[in-house]
Amino acid sequence: MPEPVIRIRDLRKTYRLGDDSVVTALDGVDLDVASGEHVAIMGSSGSGKSTLLNLLGCLDRPTEGTYHLGGDDVAGFNDDELSLVRGKRLGFIFQSYQLIPQLTVLENIQVPLFYQHDESAAAHARCRELAELVGLGDRLDHRPKQLSGGQQQRVAIARALVNDPLLILADEPTGNLDSATEAEVLALIDRLNDEGRTIVMVTHDEHVAARADRIVHMRDGRIRRIETTSVATV
Amino acid sequence: MFRRFQRIVALGVKNLFLHKVRSLLTMLGIVFGVGSVIAMLAVGEGASEQASESIARLGSTNVIIESVKPPEGPASQQSAQQNSNSFGLFERDLRRIASTIPAVQAVHPESEKTDEVTSPATQVQAILRATTSGAPEVRNLARVHGRFFTDLEEERGAAVCVLSPALRRKLFPFGNAVGKAVRIEGDFYTVVGIYRPGDAGEGTTDGADREDLLYLPYRSARSRVSDFAYSQTDYDTLVVRAKDTEHVPAVGAAIEALLESTHDLKDYRIIVPLELLAQARETQRLFNIILGSIAGISLLVGGIGIMNIMLATVTERTREIGVRRALGARKRDIVVQFLVETVVISLTGGLLGIAIGVGIPQIISSLTEVPTIVTPVSVVLSLAISLLIGIVFGLYPARRAAELDPIEALRH
Repeated sequence: MPEPVIRIRDLRKTYRLGDDSVVTALDGVDLDVASGEHVAIMGSSGSGKSTLLNLLGCLDRPTEGTYHLGGDDVAGFNDDELSLVRGKRLGFIFQSYQLIPQLTVLENIQVPLFYQHDESAAAHARCRELAELVGLGDRLDHRPKQLSGGQQQRVAIARALVNDPLLILADEPTGNLDSATEAEVLALIDRLNDEGRTIVMVTHDEHVAARADRIVHMRDGRIRRIETTSVATV
Repeated sequence: MFRRFQRIVALGVKNLFLHKVRSLLTMLGIVFGVGSVIAMLAVGEGASEQASESIARLGSTNVIIESVKPPEGPASQQSAQQNSNSFGLFERDLRRIASTIPAVQAVHPESEKTDEVTSPATQVQAILRATTSGAPEVRNLARVHGRFFTDLEEERGAAVCVLSPALRRKLFPFGNAVGKAVRIEGDFYTVVGIYRPGDAGEGTTDGADREDLLYLPYRSARSRVSDFAYSQTDYDTLVVRAKDTEHVPAVGAAIEALLESTHDLKDYRIIVPLELLAQARETQRLFNIILGSIAGISLLVGGIGIMNIMLATVTERTREIGVRRALGARKRDIVVQFLVETVVISLTGGLLGIAIGVGIPQIISSLTEVPTIVTPVSVVLSLAISLLIGIVFGLYPARRAAELDPIEALRH
């Protein structure tokens, strides 16, 4: 079996509050995600799904346990190394799009490249291609404010792909969208998955989760159940 | 690397243009700080230049002794009775100074009166300066035309004179003046040359050029011009030239001692241009320090204003910071981004301030007689200080931005 994209063992995250009490957000999680897999994480608020996503996204460091991303144990990485991992191996799709308002569509897509010090012509050409891919090739000079929610999220998806990431993390990507645009965006995500992208998505919507290969159900900082859906082809 | 830097700066400029009014207000403190510093320095520099020029014209190797009316008082009344009405410097003083002080190269007497000078064309009120043939050297006079009167002419009390260019223009508006005659109190004097008050070190002021001056041999003045003949004193001024600047203080002290022992009254004044120059420099230095402190305070206030706005900007753009961090920006990338923005503000403010600071002195100079000099040093220094302010006051907000927790920032 090839090395999985994600291999998590006994991952724990505790927060120390001001009055010396300790809150356990993640209480020993084991999870493997294979290359090309589409995994949904579900759970109520406080279940630990956001904490897990933050750890997967290298935005935070676990208190204990190991996290191998593409073979490297990133649990012990320092801040600069984590920044590098985020920039090189991860693509983020957020619920509220998180585009930078003062930049144009094209410039927003280019942001990750800037921090990779990749200013090559090829990279810039790729940004245009990606804008075409998500159907915004004719809006390159628009600002986020001039776009609809669905269009903004498509820009964000193009931005998540620009560094050719090992793993795409999506946090309620359709949470702010109406059902028509939701279908559009989900179709786009499905297409990426079909092209071999590994996707981990947090959602509370069962219909959205049902499009994944597996659904991870979380409660109280632990994985309660992993459900293999009918769409699973693995 | 350069391209990258260019992009960071372009981004910074872009962000500032998004809030034009705010950016402009933010940089106002720096603008006025830098502007007023350069303008005030220019005025100060102009004034001090003028002062040192007029002092330097007196000659840095010279010690100047002037005759003054002795102070009135019980002691002076007694002496005044003995010496009738005469006071001041006499030929015996000149001889004593020339013969007893070894470091003296020459003693050059001068007296000045105002009188009417008549040419065929017109009559002009001019300053008559009775002097010796050594005047061009001692007083830094520059030849314009002709020659100065000679030792021989001086000795013979010849009826010759030398004009300043300003007086020449008035007396002889058309054609040559050298060889022509002018009349003073019924006597005719042949004009032998045109000399102007010359370079007093660096550059010339045209102020001295405007004086209506007529130089004539001492002996001629004493024997022919009534004002000089009936003067209560032999010399208005003795210019004592030391062998070199090194000897000036010693010569000054020696003259002081000599005159003190031979004069009953303090009917003289000793001026050492070299000392005046040192004093003027000291005054200028003090002025600069005070100015620097005021400037420092205004720039400090400007810097704090910038910091304040940058802190607000960081709060306002917390989400952007979170996004950039999530997309691979390291802490130092965020620091650089915000630091560049602050530096762009402070440098732009500095440039505007320089424009104002260079412009105001020109307006002052064109409207008034006040000379102003904008020194390149003050401009370069202002720019460097603006840069420094940007870095110093930008560092804290930039650090704050970089230290934000990306997760919290994204949720903002």
